[in-house]
Amino acid sequence: MSEPPVFERIKAGTQPEYLHPAYRSSEKRAPTQPLILLPHTLSERTGPVFGQSAVGPADSDLTAQHSGAPLGERIVVTGRVLNEGGKPVRGALIEVWQANAAGRYLHKNDGHNAPLDPNFSGCGRALTDSEGRYKFLSIKPGAYPWGNHHNAWRPAHIHFSIFGHGLLSRLVTQMYFPGDPLLQFDPIYNCISDERAKARLISSFDWESTSPLYALGFKFDIVLRGRESTPMENR
Amino acid sequence: MSNVPTASQTVGPFFSIGMSGMCSAETTTHATGGTSVTVRGRVLDGDERPVPDAVLEIWHADGDGKYDSQGGVDQVEAAGVPAGFGRIATNDEGEFRFTTRMPGAVTEPDGKVQAPHLAVVLFMRGLLRHLVTRIYFSGESENSADPVFNLVPDERRATLLASRSDGVGGEYLWDVRLQGERETVFFET
Repeated sequence: MSEPPVFERIKAGTQPEYLHPAYRSSEKRAPTQPLILLPHTLSERTGPVFGQSAVGPADSDLTAQHSGAPLGERIVVTGRVLNEGGKPVRGALIEVWQANAAGRYLHKNDGHNAPLDPNFSGCGRALTDSEGRYKFLSIKPGAYPWGNHHNAWRPAHIHFSIFGHGLLSRLVTQMYFPGDPLLQFDPIYNCISDERAKARLISSFDWESTSPLYALGFKFDIVLRGRESTPMENR
Repeated sequence: MSNVPTASQTVGPFFSIGMSGMCSAETTTHATGGTSVTVRGRVLDGDERPVPDAVLEIWHADGDGKYDSQGGVDQVEAAGVPAGFGRIATNDEGEFRFTTRMPGAVTEPDGKVQAPHLAVVLFMRGLLRHLVTRIYFSGESENSADPVFNLVPDERRATLLASRSDGVGGEYLWDVRLQGERETVFFET
């Protein structure tokens, strides 16, 4: 039986603080009392691991879930999920969701006055392979306005939810697109003080995965907390 | 490529699009062993207003105190959702409810024993990073010796305790308060 991974503490500035006043929704939802330092017990070092049947073969193609093709620029999003030791995380469940090309989510609470696309739901799922690789086919999401402040617009993004090995590796994040002029004004993207950590949320344009005459490639690599435990550490 | 973990971003208000496969206000897990246990409650913000767009994930041991997936990725059954995992979204009134099996006490590699508990991960719009807390069960004899429960100042421990509901057997009540005097204990991981 393999040992559950071990986890280091988070390095200052590389993750957002809970209270970020520029992001107004954090004001009434961020904890105000000091957090209590949790020892890493089996309850955190283990975590849910999902089998192949959690994902259908067509789940990673967001352009083929309806009778017609969705409107928008087709994109291929690829990347690898690695742990802090640089090793691939295989069998990681990735769930993605996004707005359509017009910047509208298929959700009852999205009041943005932009059209829904009957051929786009914006939901995808994949498991990483033995090298930690994943691949989604989709369309580029549109930017959209939101109520955070006057004339607030979210840069185009795809939401990612990832289950690695161990509950402490759990991650929900957002992938952005290179060169987006809205990034510098977005309080959610700018909640991370470490500039390098922040920049890594922006995918890179990728010729290698760009499919000739078909779709543009964007690469987004993800690092999850944790590394394999060594025999020394288990003693 | 840097090996610093990728930064978190909020789950936002529309997570049900992507998490819908395992997401409802009432969830029953595939956990095994133990007796049936139901936990229900509400998520409340700093103004004590219900949070209608939160999602909780729970993770816990089986009735013998063993975790599914403890054997690593090679041991995973082909079956979809692992035992002891559940995902529950709050409804428009900020309420959630799930049914699972009472976990056993967990013996750590160093011999310390953790009282029966559920690990809880909480996501919502407004949280740029998820919150981590735990549910313990009132009346369990192991609580007083639990190595994590004992790290919590006395006056805040009640926020981690699910209390027995008067009406239904096996039902517990547990609320999440994000702020204020009775703010739930959250952990730095």
